[in-house]
Amino acid sequence: MKILVTVKEVTDLAADFQIADAEIDETYLEYELNEWDAYAIETGVQLVEAGIADEVIVATIGPERAEESVRMALAKGADRAIRVWDDALAEQDLLDVATKAEIFASVVEAEEPEVVLTGVQANDDGFGATGVALAERLDYGWAAVVNALELDADEGGAHVRRELEGGLEELSDVTLPAVFTIQTGINQPRYASLRGIREAEAKEIERKTLSDLGITKADAASALQITDLFEPVAEREVAYFDGDPDEQVEQVADVLADSGVVGE
Amino acid sequence: MSDVLVVAEPRRGELRAVSYELLTAGRGLADAAEGDLHVAVVSGPVDRYADSLSREGVDTIHTVAQGEEFNHDRYVTVIASLVDDLEPAFLLVPHSANGLDYAPAVAERLDRPVVTDAVALDVDDETLVVNRRMYASKIETVVEVADGPFVVTVRAGAFPPAEDFAEPEITAHDVTVDEEGLDSSVRGYEAASDGDVDITEPDFLIAVGRGIEDEENLALVEDLAAATGATVAASRPVVDNGWLPKNRQVGQSGKTVKPTVYLALGISGAIQHVAGMRGAETVIAVNEDPSAPIFDVADYGIVGDLFDVVPRLVEQFG
Ligand SMILES: Cc1cc2nc3c(=O)[nH]c(=O)nc-3n(C[C@H](O)[C@H](O)[C@H](O)COP(=O)(O)OP(=O)(O)OC[C@H]3O[C@@H](n4cnc5c(N)ncnc54)[C@H](O)[C@@H]3O)c2cc1C
Repeated sequence: MKILVTVKEVTDLAADFQIADAEIDETYLEYELNEWDAYAIETGVQLVEAGIADEVIVATIGPERAEESVRMALAKGADRAIRVWDDALAEQDLLDVATKAEIFASVVEAEEPEVVLTGVQANDDGFGATGVALAERLDYGWAAVVNALELDADEGGAHVRRELEGGLEELSDVTLPAVFTIQTGINQPRYASLRGIREAEAKEIERKTLSDLGITKADAASALQITDLFEPVAEREVAYFDGDPDEQVEQVADVLADSGVVGE
Repeated sequence: MSDVLVVAEPRRGELRAVSYELLTAGRGLADAAEGDLHVAVVSGPVDRYADSLSREGVDTIHTVAQGEEFNHDRYVTVIASLVDDLEPAFLLVPHSANGLDYAPAVAERLDRPVVTDAVALDVDDETLVVNRRMYASKIETVVEVADGPFVVTVRAGAFPPAEDFAEPEITAHDVTVDEEGLDSSVRGYEAASDGDVDITEPDFLIAVGRGIEDEENLALVEDLAAATGATVAASRPVVDNGWLPKNRQVGQSGKTVKPTVYLALGISGAIQHVAGMRGAETVIAVNEDPSAPIFDVADYGIVGDLFDVVPRLVEQFG
């Protein structure tokens, strides 16, 4: 059984970023593997280690820089990788879900994995929609926000737990092939070992453009455009405690005493 | 005229609060688009739900008795069929675990663009204008979406609930679902394990986040809790790492707490965390990142290192 894991290199903001003309300068951006995807990779690699799956392929949509995160996925045990990028994508500030689903669907159609794993969401844009859109496009089964996954190859299905709100979990069965969006906490993602990092250098990253996948520029045009960005309005007005740590702690102690939650 | 169709969210015999918030979001959008507000409720005791959804601003409620509980395959079929009938310009769905489990598929099936986790909505001419947050809520963006009709998921807590009762029209629909074609079935539900401590009770919670860095460092926070009589709670990564049990987790998938004082140590304030603690009376946040969104929901803040603050607090109360 083949497993395909979609991964994303996400942007994080430096602590002291600034917004100028509704843009954030490149210098304030940091890049890392999406947290949720690390759990999805670990899920795939554990299925190989358990002898249930044969191979884990990671697929990403991203510029050359994203290969750092892809190498991280390979160092954590994925077997090979596919990276899709195109100038037509670089021009867009927010890829729409349909475009991402279209791209991943053509990768899946070429590779024919029985199981596709994605993170629940990417921690930069927080969209949370690609996996389920992909499943629908492929006519695969799916489950979103999965925090336990058990494959039953004989039955051609999977038993999953979906994490709902307030500590409630749903137990469901899904027929394969299927897409599962993986929630943090499903496992403990391993650190890449030095050996893993060295081995990842030798693993293959196949690079594809939209035309390689038979996707036109028009198909990949995004319906979404960011027209403004700003810091959100605060719900509460915060009073900062200044001074050295000793003075700050005095002030915390006063608030605690005034609220009556500690003695004195 | 552009109508809005809102999908309510039932679970185990109750409508979730976000259902009533979506009525407000939907009415606002319907006003801007000069259309009607339709509400769909699928599965469970739909007649009872329809009575409860009969609130000011709603024009028509559509009930579809399809199964006892949520199943995404049924939902996708039912909602797609209602959209075919009603042709709404806007379909609004809660940004919840279940919303994420069907809204993107509905958009895909109907070939409509989807925007998720909206905190504000407007229409400008034919363009949908959505405010949504990025970078774990550090930034709010305004996103224009062309090529309607549209599918939008709406953040819980972003709109006030519709409260006043009214008498909208209620229409029952029969939608046939191909039972053979279902790719998923729900076997049941389980509550994540309950443990030793009930964090919804104490009036002083010390909540610790990923900023604690290491399991060993938790001892510091335990010391502070012991010295002040507080109870230790946590954000998700601390629980994911297995450093504290699940019943200590505050947030969307954890517990909702309302203590007198919530002291947040090294927690960034992602929406899924804030969802569980924004009802605290007084919030004190300690975070070394001045732009951490936790300060947007805090009354008092220290921009600084928790490892400077916590040992001194232990001394103070020890
Ligand atoms: C469907 C879903 C459900 C979820 N449910 C929940 C939930 O119930 N509860 C929950 O908490 N999360 C939940 N999450 C996860 C949530 O999105 C965030 O990932 C999580 O809340 C982040 O936790 P954190 O703030 O501890 O970590 P981070 O976001 O990593 O923040 C750590 C913070 O610590 C600060 N820091 C670091 N070192 C120090 C130091 N020495 N001193 C002071 N500050 C320091 C950093 O500046 C940073 O702001 C859910 C996510 C999804 C998708």
